[in-house]
Amino acid sequence: MSEENKPAQEQAGEQQAAAPQKPEPPLTRLLRNNFGEVVLDHHDQHGDETVVITRERMLDVFSFLRDDHRCSFSLMMDLTAVDLMPRQPRFELVVHLKSIDLHHRLRVKVPVSEDSPEVDSIRDLWIAADWYERECHEMYGIKFKGHPDLRPLLLYEGFQGHPLRKDYEKGRQQPLVPLRPVTERYNYGETFHPVPEQPAPGGENK
Amino acid sequence: MGVNRSTPGTPDGGPAFVTTRLDAVVNWARKYSLFQYPFVTACCGMEYMSVNGAHYDQSRFGAEIPRFTPRQADVLWVVGTVNHKIAPVLKRVYEQMAEPKWVIAFGACASSGGFYQNYAAVPGIDRIIPVDVYIAGCPPRPEAILDGLLELQRLVQEEGPRGIKGINPRQMAGD
Repeated sequence: MSEENKPAQEQAGEQQAAAPQKPEPPLTRLLRNNFGEVVLDHHDQHGDETVVITRERMLDVFSFLRDDHRCSFSLMMDLTAVDLMPRQPRFELVVHLKSIDLHHRLRVKVPVSEDSPEVDSIRDLWIAADWYERECHEMYGIKFKGHPDLRPLLLYEGFQGHPLRKDYEKGRQQPLVPLRPVTERYNYGETFHPVPEQPAPGGENK
Repeated sequence: MGVNRSTPGTPDGGPAFVTTRLDAVVNWARKYSLFQYPFVTACCGMEYMSVNGAHYDQSRFGAEIPRFTPRQADVLWVVGTVNHKIAPVLKRVYEQMAEPKWVIAFGACASSGGFYQNYAAVPGIDRIIPVDVYIAGCPPRPEAILDGLLELQRLVQEEGPRGIKGINPRQMAGD
């Protein structure tokens, strides 16, 4: 055994002892065995797992999660997105699933790039995702391929931009009724008192 | 209103008759029969219900009857956050009310937008329609609401109808 190899071996042994490979939690392992490289990252806390998967095969993964008897995710609890600007990829789609039969939950994240904010719609797997995807579409500008009706849900026709994106100007408003100027208010029994000029909300006079 | 004591009255010395002006009587009647249209959009509605219920009993002031058509209402209670999506509805409801009409902005959101200074909320309903009384609070205490109502009654008694389309009569006179 040469001098060069010995420390390396010891080092490896120490590392193994110091940080034993934590076994992957069951759902992550199941997904890795079935989809391999599709699972980009994972973590778990108190028995609730999170997996990060690629956008390209997300429909396959979600179908598997719903239909496989070891997953049996019959309930889609939440679907939303996060704007991680300036990180790239900028957006992250977040889906929370629950299995009513097996009493477990899973959080699935899908990174979405700013250049092509498009993901597959999971509305056909869980009809509950329909309105969540509409909301996500108007708030973050993420398109859901295969969704039949992406009309605004909470916003109105003609609203420009996506208000929950980090680069949407904070005070920008887009009124449907032109706002009246309010120059003074009347204190009854006393007198008029002037109202300080309101800063025009951005986009008010679009 | 004035009580005339110069002429002989009833045997026990009480007033024989009362003199007044017609508009003072009409305003007196108006202020005790303020039919309301509740435009309730948010959590302030809970306090509104409390005031309208038996405990605080708005009907003591003759202002408890809700009319669910604006055409029969005298006071528009805007209770809660108004956002840009519902602003056209609020404006239309106001325009459908018959003169004379008054508006109460109930709570911080209706008065100024409250803490919703963002893309969704109207920064105070007076940017949409004229407002007579603003009630502060998030939500206002029932006592504050009754105080606002009394303020409106005083306004009705002293100033009467607020002119056409909510323009303050004093403002029109250049006071």
